[in-house]
Amino acid sequence: MYATSYHRASSVEDAVKLKSANEEGKYLSGGMTLIATMKQRLAAPSDLIDLRHIPTLRGISVDGRKVTIGAATPHADVAASRELAAICPAICKLAGHIGDPHVRHMGTIGGSIANNDPAADYPAGLLGLGATIVTDRRSISADDFFTGLFETALDEGEMVTSVTFDAPEKAGYAKFNNPASRFAMTGVFVAKTAGGVRVAVTGAGSSGVFRHQGFEQMLASNWSPDALANVAVDASNLMSDMHANAEYRANLVKVMAKRAVASAG
Amino acid sequence: MGVEGIGARVTRKEDKRFLTGKGRYTDDMTVPGMKYACFVRSPYGHAKISNIDATAAKAMPGVIDVLDGKQLQADGIGNLICGWMIHSKDGTPMKMGAWHPLAVDTVRYVGDAVAIVVADSSGEARDAAEAVVIDYEQLPVVTEAVAALASGAPQIHPEAPGNLIFDWQIGEPEAVDKAIAAAAHVTEIEILNNRLSPNPMEPRATLGIYDAAEDHYTCYTTSQNPHVARLVMSAFYNVAPENKLRVIAPDVGGGFGSKIYIYPEEIICLWASKKTGVPVKWTSDRTEAFLTDAHGRDHVSKVKMAFDANNRITALKVDTIANLGAYMSLFSSAVPTYLYATLLSGQYAIPAIHANVRTVYTNTVPVDAYRGAGRPEATYLLERTMETAARELGVSPAELRRTNFIRTFPYQTPVIMNYDAGDYEASLNAAMQAADWNGFAARRTQSEAKGKKRGIGMSCYIEACGIAPSAAVGSLGAGVGLWESAEVRVNAVGTIEVLTGSHSHGQGHETTFAQLVAGRLGVPIESINIVHGDTDKVQMGMGTYGSRSGAVGMSAIVKALDKVEAKAKKIAAHLMEASEEDIVIENGELKVAGTDKSVPWFQVALASYTAHNLPSGMEPGLKETAFYDPSNFTFPAGCYIAEVEIDPDTGETDIVQFVAADDFGNIINPMIVEGQVHGGIAQGIGQALLENVQYDENGQLLTASYMDYAMPRADNLPSFKLSHQNTPCPSNPLGIKGCGEAGAIGSPPALINAITDAIGHNKLTMPATPMKVWQALQTAH
Ligand SMILES: Cc1cc2nc3c(=O)[nH]c(=O)nc-3n(C[C@H](O)[C@H](O)[C@H](O)COP(=O)(O)OP(=O)(O)OC[C@H]3O[C@@H](n4cnc5c(N)ncnc54)[C@H](O)[C@@H]3O)c2cc1C
Repeated sequence: MYATSYHRASSVEDAVKLKSANEEGKYLSGGMTLIATMKQRLAAPSDLIDLRHIPTLRGISVDGRKVTIGAATPHADVAASRELAAICPAICKLAGHIGDPHVRHMGTIGGSIANNDPAADYPAGLLGLGATIVTDRRSISADDFFTGLFETALDEGEMVTSVTFDAPEKAGYAKFNNPASRFAMTGVFVAKTAGGVRVAVTGAGSSGVFRHQGFEQMLASNWSPDALANVAVDASNLMSDMHANAEYRANLVKVMAKRAVASAG
Repeated sequence: MGVEGIGARVTRKEDKRFLTGKGRYTDDMTVPGMKYACFVRSPYGHAKISNIDATAAKAMPGVIDVLDGKQLQADGIGNLICGWMIHSKDGTPMKMGAWHPLAVDTVRYVGDAVAIVVADSSGEARDAAEAVVIDYEQLPVVTEAVAALASGAPQIHPEAPGNLIFDWQIGEPEAVDKAIAAAAHVTEIEILNNRLSPNPMEPRATLGIYDAAEDHYTCYTTSQNPHVARLVMSAFYNVAPENKLRVIAPDVGGGFGSKIYIYPEEIICLWASKKTGVPVKWTSDRTEAFLTDAHGRDHVSKVKMAFDANNRITALKVDTIANLGAYMSLFSSAVPTYLYATLLSGQYAIPAIHANVRTVYTNTVPVDAYRGAGRPEATYLLERTMETAARELGVSPAELRRTNFIRTFPYQTPVIMNYDAGDYEASLNAAMQAADWNGFAARRTQSEAKGKKRGIGMSCYIEACGIAPSAAVGSLGAGVGLWESAEVRVNAVGTIEVLTGSHSHGQGHETTFAQLVAGRLGVPIESINIVHGDTDKVQMGMGTYGSRSGAVGMSAIVKALDKVEAKAKKIAAHLMEASEEDIVIENGELKVAGTDKSVPWFQVALASYTAHNLPSGMEPGLKETAFYDPSNFTFPAGCYIAEVEIDPDTGETDIVQFVAADDFGNIINPMIVEGQVHGGIAQGIGQALLENVQYDENGQLLTASYMDYAMPRADNLPSFKLSHQNTPCPSNPLGIKGCGEAGAIGSPPALINAITDAIGHNKLTMPATPMKVWQALQTAH
């Protein structure tokens, strides 16, 4: 790891100020991605601005069916939230299958979506739920937020403060693990929301998380795994790597989508 | 015997320190003035070094020096060698290319060491390593053995034209070809044995300390055999004469073979310590371990097995190409030859066998022994062939094996080995019963009702442990003898130190070796210490690998104990005015048989050291040394059965049952043996389903971290059902065979046979990842 300066931000304003004062600095949340990258000397931020001690950034609030999750909320808190499980168990399940217990107690939702790893789970959840990502300066819909591999709509220095969504009528998530990393080799989140059926796929797209319109249409008229039986999955926009080629991923997209629907609650 | 003797489930004495974080590993060693090393490594698979410029690096904060291969060579440090000479079938010796500890003009794999930076902290050393400017001229790369043999392939070492190191054979080609021509049936199959990274929990580390006043070196290192390290570094690498070099392998966190070899880093840190005048420590990080620890396996083989009309095997023909990587590691030549082809008879009476083995240089990390070393490759090849043959012949896999089992011992195979004892049917029967083999059809129907595909597969393995009779391996090209040593040192108060030339890096010697002594003398196990891993404390020994520490190492302790007991009996007889022949040792006492006369053990020990009243002419003291050279290998064998359920939608394999029935001869500590088998099976499952080293076409290692190299984890493994059969080994005093590698040897073919049974055809290579199984299912449809 290269030398860096550590700052503990006390508030969102403080954090944003520290960041703008240190152009080569980075926000630090759970550090599960950032610190590992720094240890490999693949990232060299001059400054780390730690967000985990900002009280307003951590916690889950449920107001009727409206859910708000603070950016620095660790995956384990989401996985264990009873309030959330009562209205959207799929997101709890998703969080409970990220990494291992250590990762879930350190890694955070804000860090995960800001990083937007193409194999991460939350991007599928938030895109599937039609969530809104709230930053220190604006609100961005999930449809606009995830823009490519490790790319988001966040501007330089912009900070995620929370995510919000309305609990769906039904939702389900099915993930097929990469055998080595256990990130999603393919993960599909399906949701029946007030705005319609949404199907979001992670781990498979060659430009990151995406919605599958074909599946959405079929499920809108018939919410059942069988509805997907005859929908083709186009492999041409899917990733190929040593663990899974595009053809196999295309198969997994369909299998996981069916399982997500079957498990939806 | 008793609660702490042989056969008892004694909890491991060493576990307290391991489980409470109090183990002392090489990286825990700190000495005054110690500095840290970082190696500058080749980023290319194959390149010429045209210039090394360390000016900027040397000026960086904390940097003490930057040293390169030309300086190392100028100081007379030798090249790394392979210690086992193999001759090609045309009589020419193997063609070993030069392996400079620090590359001099050419780098041959990604990770090849080019320079060492020594600095005040490891961070500063790393910073400076990045500032060393090296001009490379890239050369074409080849990473696969078959491609490296093709004409026009990049030439890796000038010494080995066409990248061929040797073209070796064993057995009788004419007899085999004749039998194949006359066969009622011939099964043909191509077998790939995937390349693995050993992944011990503790990465390699070394601390080199040069003492200028004494002109003496101390090397702390993560080694399975510190004496061999010292011998090789003295005799071949010119680091220092043996009396000026102390090698200490303290607690070592696993090795699996990868810590047998002497690597460049140990040599370089010792040399750098003299050059810089400071002790130099290096600890590998995990990516460096993937890049530079010797890999295992990586064979491509073609097999023909001939049968007569009664389904008896009449011949076996094997043609293997083995990838040895960019340089010949210490025992690399022995693994695909004498540790592999000599096991190709398996558990079967095969009248004629011929194996041809070509070993090849490629632009990959060196390949050497990894848990099982050659025997997993032989077993996988043979047991997949047997399963395939059973399907082709339309007989049950068990029946085909029964038809061909060796049933009388000793049995001389056509490939050197002389099996001394075994009962293969006993293990087969035990495994089939434990697996409820006959109930499989019903279980398959249940799985099918759930939309799953179920399969069952077996593997009957044999392996050779207790390496090895020194004269025999010497005649086959080994550069060393493979005996073992022990010293039993009784203190004046009766406590005992056992100095062993073997080395424990997870095996539990501190417990099992102490059990042997406690059982023999009837003294408490707490009064016995096992000392190993330090060339200044322990007499010359050969170390631990090939499941040899029990069969060879403990046999040496038995011999030393025999001598100690004989002397103790003489002293006791003298003290009690009895006849030496009447003395028996029981429960910590020396008794006159048939009387109530006795002296406690400690009193005899004390008498030996006070020397006030010893038999006339007897030397004082109670301490004996013995060397044990085995008369044969030992032959653990057994039967493994795997049962799998496959999800046809995803290709995912669930191991629903795994049965292991092993004959290890007599067992010292059943709990430790079970642990060894569990670990071995886990590694075998890793090879069969998950693990695979992959390089890209430029020689970049794609699987250089756990993000891409899939290790087995607890939830990949079922609960194992184990049982033991016992035909005691006749060639060593304890009747033990060795259990350290069996799990890794026997399990891969059982699993792949089960998966191919489930998918209904045989086109599948390891690791059977979900994608590969899914693809195999698509072609089956
Ligand atoms: C062993 C292991 C296994 C894992 N398995 C999975 C898995 O199965 N599925 C999965 O989805 N993930 C997995 N992860 C990743 C994990 O979920 C991380 O938590 C996540 O990638 C990053 O979150 P973090 O809080 O640790 O962020 P950090 O590592 O602290 O930061 C990541 C990036 O986001 C930026 N950032 C952080 N917070 C904010 C913010 N509030 N606003 C703007 N930018 C911000 C940082 O500057 C940095 O660039 C795994 C990680 C590990 C180490």
